[in-house]
Amino acid sequence: MTAGRIFDIQRFSIHDGNGIRTIVFLKGCVLRCRWCCNPESQAYDIQKMLVDGEEKIIGRDMTVTEIMEIVEKDRLYYRRSGGGLTLSGGESLCQPDFALALLKNANERGIHTAIESMGLVEYRHIENILPYVNQFLLDIKHMNPVKHQAFTGKTNQLILENARKMAAYCKYARTELSIRVPVIPGFNDTAAEIAPIAHFAGELKTVKKLHLLPYHRLGQDKYQALGREYQMKKAVPPTDALMQELLLAARQASLVDCQIGG
Amino acid sequence: MSSFKSPRIDRLIKNLYQEMPRIESARASLITESYQKTEAEPLILRRAKAFLHILTHLPIIIRDEELIVGSTTIAPRGCQTYPEFSYEWLEAEFETVATRSADPFYIDEAAKKALKEANRYWKGKTTSELATSYMEAETLLAIKHFIFTPNNYFYNGIGHLSVDYEKVLKIGYGGIKREAAAKLISCRKGDGDYAKKSRFLQAVIISCEAAIIYANRYAELAAQMAADCPDKKRSEELLQIAQNCRHVPEHGAESFYEACQAFWFVQQLIQIESSGHSISPGRFDQYMYPYYQRDIEAGVLKKDFAQELLDSIWVKFNDLNKCRDAVSAEGFAGYSLFQNLIVGGQTQDGIDATNDLSYMAIEASKNVLLPQPSFSVRVWNGSPHEFLIKAAELTRTGVGLPAYYNDEVIIPSLQSRGLTLGHARDYSIIGCVEPQKAGKTDGWHDAAFFNMCRPLEMVFSSGKEAGLQIGAATKPVEEMNSFTEFYDAYKEQMNYFIELLVNAINAIDTAHRERCPLPFLSAMVDDCLEKGKSVQEGGAEYNFTGPQGFGIANMADALYAIKELVFDKKEITLSELKETLSLNFGKGLSNNQLRLMTTGIAAELKNAGQEIGEKEVAAIMQTLLETSRHQTVKEKGERILKLINAVPKFGNDIAAVDNFARDVAYTYTKPLLNFTNPRGGVFQAGLYPVSANVPMGTQTGATPDGRLCGMPIADGVSPASGRDINGPTAAANSVAKLDHFIASNGTLFNQKFHPSALSGREGLEKFVALVRAYFDQKGSHMQFNVISRETLLDAQQNPDNYKQLVVRVAGYSALFTTLSRSLQDDIINRTEQR
Repeated sequence: MTAGRIFDIQRFSIHDGNGIRTIVFLKGCVLRCRWCCNPESQAYDIQKMLVDGEEKIIGRDMTVTEIMEIVEKDRLYYRRSGGGLTLSGGESLCQPDFALALLKNANERGIHTAIESMGLVEYRHIENILPYVNQFLLDIKHMNPVKHQAFTGKTNQLILENARKMAAYCKYARTELSIRVPVIPGFNDTAAEIAPIAHFAGELKTVKKLHLLPYHRLGQDKYQALGREYQMKKAVPPTDALMQELLLAARQASLVDCQIGG
Repeated sequence: MSSFKSPRIDRLIKNLYQEMPRIESARASLITESYQKTEAEPLILRRAKAFLHILTHLPIIIRDEELIVGSTTIAPRGCQTYPEFSYEWLEAEFETVATRSADPFYIDEAAKKALKEANRYWKGKTTSELATSYMEAETLLAIKHFIFTPNNYFYNGIGHLSVDYEKVLKIGYGGIKREAAAKLISCRKGDGDYAKKSRFLQAVIISCEAAIIYANRYAELAAQMAADCPDKKRSEELLQIAQNCRHVPEHGAESFYEACQAFWFVQQLIQIESSGHSISPGRFDQYMYPYYQRDIEAGVLKKDFAQELLDSIWVKFNDLNKCRDAVSAEGFAGYSLFQNLIVGGQTQDGIDATNDLSYMAIEASKNVLLPQPSFSVRVWNGSPHEFLIKAAELTRTGVGLPAYYNDEVIIPSLQSRGLTLGHARDYSIIGCVEPQKAGKTDGWHDAAFFNMCRPLEMVFSSGKEAGLQIGAATKPVEEMNSFTEFYDAYKEQMNYFIELLVNAINAIDTAHRERCPLPFLSAMVDDCLEKGKSVQEGGAEYNFTGPQGFGIANMADALYAIKELVFDKKEITLSELKETLSLNFGKGLSNNQLRLMTTGIAAELKNAGQEIGEKEVAAIMQTLLETSRHQTVKEKGERILKLINAVPKFGNDIAAVDNFARDVAYTYTKPLLNFTNPRGGVFQAGLYPVSANVPMGTQTGATPDGRLCGMPIADGVSPASGRDINGPTAAANSVAKLDHFIASNGTLFNQKFHPSALSGREGLEKFVALVRAYFDQKGSHMQFNVISRETLLDAQQNPDNYKQLVVRVAGYSALFTTLSRSLQDDIINRTEQR
């Protein structure tokens, strides 16, 4: 039985993807984004974190069957709302076989599937899962490879290359492709940086939606809990006015349906 | 559906809320005058004549800009008193009623004097006094020890009924009067029941006349005000009001406006005859619709004006008020009258019943944003999606309305209680969550609150408290060897108290029948005229009694923890648990607990032959206090609490626990079905606490679910506060696993949402899906508070800024700032789903 490592399962998730969803958060990531709101998701290893003065074990190994048992519990809510299963992370494709097994299993059961991913893996892993994915939420953070590397630890070349391949695939498949852009102060919160991403999304032709997700500080406490320093202490979440300005810039740069928030 | 709100509505609301509500004495004086004159007559006629006397002389007022008239007091939101049910508590609370935390009322010296004078007459004549004398000693003891409380009907009228509004709209009180007169003529004077029957029918006739006289007084007042009014537009409005009141409710309504005015008189006058609350308008969108449709089609009614009339009625619902005793006020906090108005659902033939008025009623609730009416919607598989989206929009305002009801559960549930399919499909909701067929049922819903946690305490003490045998003398827990043995003891305590509960309720039922039959109410309930009997004597077609149990979540968690920790894993013993519970897990004893334990120990020592004086009692108390603060007690408490907290809890979608909870609920719902009431009906359980879970929690010691002494008990069938940690779908799935069909008097499931969960069309869609999916699993009722924790905390700090903040309490909404601090805390602590 295929098993994998997760750090959380969140039911009644209503801000990520269609309908009411259950999000399975897979542990481990290739990037080290400074603003990451789930720092406990980055390492694949099982970790200890201090929560309300008590040590909490982060990460556990579960089989596909065990996970699907939980996912099944909200089937009625998926049916009524058009929701389903979402894989998130970390980077869910860091555990490609596990991700594939989960998506395939859900798909066979008739449960709607979505995945949030940066697409920073060998394309064959993406190719493998695509037939079982209804909705692909692809993170694109910046078009400039240098800046991308500086803030996340990796360049964006593979991401963009994979994006093009996926977009081409989506022309003939039922998978719905959306681009998500976290708007991070000091990294990409200018019209000059958002517009190229939107332009790129438009060029891909098959992108259904572009989401601008404003930076938030909800992850800050977790850094302390993990004994790590939060590098974004001085960052202030973007104002509504700025978000509107960026939305306008995105809309002017492409014909893709753009919105703020998931 | 377009939305419209007349600027008049905000002004009507402002007028209503400018001062603290006030107690007036006119009704008490008038009923006393009448009773003094009719002492030799049959009771039912005395009631009718008193009603006539009240309606002929009660001061009347038309408030500024009103379109719909009829006010029970001169002061806005004021209340009259009803000494025939009880009066002592009010006299005892004269000096504190204006300053108490829950539902304060202002009362002036003149009113106090008038009430004192009137009240003197009622000594020994009230329903509460008679009810007491019908109760057994052990019943009174159980009440005194807060196992259950039947206070509501003990001190007040019954209410909790939905009359046949349709009939009054159609034929008026003139028509009902003629019907009664015809019945009277057809009675044979030689029949054995002639005396009772004839006097009842005469009483109905007098009551109908009283209503007609009252409306005509309004007609005269309006005409006179019109003549004196310099503003031409208002003068015309007043003339129209005069014309309406001359025509209805004596005759059948001929326009939508008349139907609205007639409706209001019915609603108001029932609440003058008796102090019973939860007089529920029921399916307003159904019986009002023919009048609306006719006028719209004839082109004589503009939709905006129809909306303005609806909004005006909605404001009027909040003009009625009731002063309860201090204890009951805590249990029903928020000045609520629980006038439940429901829209949507199915017709008697089973097709969707939603119409324009259903949508306009939602709009009205949105326009006024007030606690009354308690607004509800019926949901079934055929409900239009847009209708539910509109309802969700109202939910999103945070006003706590509407409550959602599931036809797919309630209809078969009512059928299982003997209602015909057509009647079951035509159900409406009374008060908080109680379903019934309007105009044919006396449901005695809300008959008492039964605290399911207290019998568990009695298992640990073998039924003893404060040195007295309160409950069944079950085996000492130290001698129990299996969970079955423990659970059986719990069931034995439950059965013991349920029988006493029934004894208390039936005593009160009998007292109402013998002291306060209601001829006016009975004129609008089938088959009273046919049977020649009042509702209180069993005149209704369907008769039930529905007392509600609460604390299921606590008991499920507690019993499950005992099973797992004591018997399966053997981590603690029952005697250890008993000790730590009595010492509140080492978290300090409440004064109540300390007093009970001291009295208990003193009594035991006395029985053993020791001399117990004041000094000894003080010493016992001191020892207890020291023991409870001892370090080892604290540590042990901590350890056991930790173990308990690690046991799975109800509300997290864990099949084993949820199925267990289902069984625990049966310990209340099933035994009740074995009992009958004096009106020829059966008992049926409800599972909801109104807001009594908070005050009754203060009377409850620590429980094995880890709940500390004095803390609130779980509300309704919802998981215990803060115990559900897997989100709303998990909580809903757990709650849906209870048997909602057997609790045919209603179940209540609260959820609280952060506003962000309902933002945008998408948020509404997901919200509706959540309700639908809970109902797919055969949940019966769902209600929501959509308000952020921050807002509520701020409202606690700065109540002046939040005078109009309405929140959902239990089966109803109330103004947040008028609730007691502890109830406010309880609402804040309900798990918030983001």
